[in-house]
Formats: sequence, C-alpha cells, structure tokens
Amino acid sequence: MSDVSAKKVLFEPIFSNNPIALQILGICSALAVTTSLSVTLVMCASVIAVTGFSNLAVSLIRTQIPNSIRIIVQMTIIASLVIVVDQVLKAYAYEISKQLSVFVGLIITNCIVMGRAEGFAMQNPPMLSFLDGIGNGLGYSIAILFVAFFRELFGSGELLGFTILASVNDGGWYVPNGMMLLPPSAFFIIGLGIWALRTWKPDQVEEPDFKMSAHKTREAF
Amino acid sequence: MAKKKETVGKTIQVAFALCIVCSVIVSAAAVSLRPQQALNQELDIKSNILQAAGMAESGANRARIEELFGQFEPRLVDLRTGRFTTPEELGVPDVLSYNQYRAAGDPNMSTRLSGEQDTANLRRRAHAATVYILEEDGELVRVVLPVHGPGLWSTLYGFISLEGDLNTIEGLGFYDHAETPGLGGEVDNPRWKSQWVGQKIYGDDKSEPQIRLIKGGANPDSEHQIDSLSGATLTARGVENLINFWMGENGFAPFLKNLRDGEA
Repeated sequence: MSDVSAKKVLFEPIFSNNPIALQILGICSALAVTTSLSVTLVMCASVIAVTGFSNLAVSLIRTQIPNSIRIIVQMTIIASLVIVVDQVLKAYAYEISKQLSVFVGLIITNCIVMGRAEGFAMQNPPMLSFLDGIGNGLGYSIAILFVAFFRELFGSGELLGFTILASVNDGGWYVPNGMMLLPPSAFFIIGLGIWALRTWKPDQVEEPDFKMSAHKTREAF
Repeated sequence: MAKKKETVGKTIQVAFALCIVCSVIVSAAAVSLRPQQALNQELDIKSNILQAAGMAESGANRARIEELFGQFEPRLVDLRTGRFTTPEELGVPDVLSYNQYRAAGDPNMSTRLSGEQDTANLRRRAHAATVYILEEDGELVRVVLPVHGPGLWSTLYGFISLEGDLNTIEGLGFYDHAETPGLGGEVDNPRWKSQWVGQKIYGDDKSEPQIRLIKGGANPDSEHQIDSLSGATLTARGVENLINFWMGENGFAPFLKNLRDGEA
C-alpha cells in the first residue's frame, strides 16, 4: 500500500478493482434494487454517501479504537449513517424511498461498506479514506446501474420511466421479459458483465485453484 | 499508545463516547425531519385519492394537489350503522388524523369478523372508515372509499371512486402492495385499471356486489366483469374478494344505501 495516491484510490475501484465485479461484494442489494434506473440512482447516491462518510469517520478515530471492539465500532458508525440517509430520503424523496423500502436499511449489511472501513480506513488518513469510500461507492454504482439498465429496458421496455420499447400491454409490439424483473436475472447480467470486464482486462482473471491432472489410473472396463 | 488503548477502561470509554455521539446524530436527524416526513405521507395519501378519482394531474406540485384535494370533504363513516359519525365519537382530534388501519388492530375500535363474514381474509375490521365526498352545487358527484385486503404476498391498500349514483366505478387504484412485479404487480397497469371505469358494482337490486375478475377475458357486454391478471391468480382473487367485501354488507353497502336514500 505504499503507492496510495488520491487519484488511484478514487478511480481504481471503478473498473480495475470493482467491488462487485472483482471482489464480488454487495451482490445482495445489486439483485434487489435494480428493477428500475431511477430507484437505482437513489440507491447509488445513498451508498456513496454512506461508504464515503463511514470511511471518513472510522479513519478519524482509528487511532482511538481499541482492537477488541473495532468491528462493533465500525458497525455503529455505519448504522447511524444509514439511519440518517433513510430519514433524509423519507423527507425529500418520499416516492423513491417507498420503493427502496427495506433496502436502504440493508446498506448496513452491505459488505462493501464494512469491507472498506475495516480494510482501508483503519490504516489510512481521513482524506484518503473518504476518497476511497467515494471510489468504492462509484464502483458499486457503475455495476448496479449497468444491471438496472438492462433489467428496466428488457423487463418493462422503459428507461427512467420513458418508454423505449412499447410493450404489448400498452398496445405496442414488445413482450416484456418478466424474468428480468425478478432477482435471478441480475445474477445473469452480473455474470455476463464480469465476463465482458475480464475479457477487456484479462489480468482480473483469477488463477485456477487447482489444475486437473491427466488421467493416469486405468479404470474398470 | 498502542498498548494504552487496549485496556478495559479505554474500551468502555470509547464505546460510551461513540454511543453518545451516534445517538445524538440519529435522533437529531429523526426529530428535525419528522414534520417533512409527515407532510409527505399526508400528501401521498391525498394524491392516491386523486388518482383513484381520475383527478390526478401528472407533475402536479404540492399546492396543486392540496387545491384539488380541497374539493373533497373527508367524512367519517360508522360501518356498523352505515351513517356518518364524528371525530369526537371515535376519540380522535379531527377527521384526517383517524387511521382506519391502526384502528383495525385496536380491540376497542374494531370488530372481529367471523369466518363467514370475512370473505377477504381481513380478520378484523375497524368500526369506522374515512370517506371522501365531492359535491357540486349540493349534488353528490363522487365518493372515494378506502379498500384493502390480502393478495398473494402482501396486503393491497387502495381507493375506489364511485360516481354520484353510488354504483358506477370511476376508478380504482392501489397505493401500497408488494405483489410480484410484472405479474400481480400489474394491478398498477393503467390499461388494466382502465377496465374498471364505467363498470357497475351492484345488480338491479343494489344489494349484493357483483364484481368478477374473469380468466380468459371478460365479456365486453357485462357491466360487472374485468379481465383477470395473467399469471397472478391469487392477486386477482384477492382483488375480487376485497372489492366485493368492501362493497358488501360488512363493508360500505349500508352506508351507500343510506347515502342513496339521503339518510346518511
């Protein structure tokens, strides 16, 4: 971690070290909130705010936190921030907060937030940690926006509520793919996305855990 | 430093300080934003009522919604007698602060429905409900009634709007449900909802509600039939049951009869 620069911690998580595509963290909410783009955008903003400020707060008091209770301290900070975000959404974006419902609260259990607090903010100065949180939030956002784009387009034929493919129910030609609106479709899209990303950046492909050796023993028949 | 912060005293100190700071932040946010949130909830209900009545305007701002809603007169109805009641009798400060769904959970303010009565699986029904009445020149034009009942995954909450004859449906809308998107969630589809408009709830004798959701397409000549939702048998059944319950004798039927006869 000797070469941590502000630019690097901010932009690295977007493609090179994407929390969803490379670290496979935070998949749960990526399945739940990606049925429409506008809801996803609000979720992204909430996650960016929480990762950024939780990293900042944890980093500010990192020298004071006793090792034995560090996880619970991080958890408390994250939970408080999430409640604040939830309250703000209920006050200023009521419609969307109704659709996000429980998933704003579930940012608390989003592995990315906790992972960055424990993995980065505990060892690095506040400003850098804040940028790292924003960067990881952005990486998460890019990934779920990518998923939401395809799910809303093929699931309801719309983007941000504007009709792109006129669906049969509204008198058009497009038969909406109902599966796209159900959680499993996000798995497929994330999988295909990871495939595309690793074709573009082959260094992200993991070494196989073991190699199949050639068949040596003679079996029956 | 590293050694000093690992003591029990220090641990308790940090934990305590953190709790204080976090709870102050959380309660400050909750308290300072509460008025705004309450306003949102109220506005949400109002725009849902306007939507069911077909009076909603897309992109209407707060003032416009308030103005449109101002045409309605909210009244409380005692479902046991089918007559208007007053906030004092129910022990609430004013009409809009009465919450029918909270009352349904309170044994003093609700009735347990017997299995025979409970055709929509509601278990309990509040004694009173809030209805929204629109009059023009002393003439009854429109009544919006709250309805709710279970679908497949969730309870559907909505409003049904009736024309002045208290029989013709003017609109139906659910503002809160968690049915499967694309299947049961199609209760929100404007095309499906438009089928309700102009249908009649009651037959000629004006007593028994006749609404049916028909699989394979409603008969276009019928005044009581609506297409069922494909792939959502249980949601459709829930909607049919809840409409027939709320328009039936344990729901608003006695009130509608009184209102028709001018005795409410």
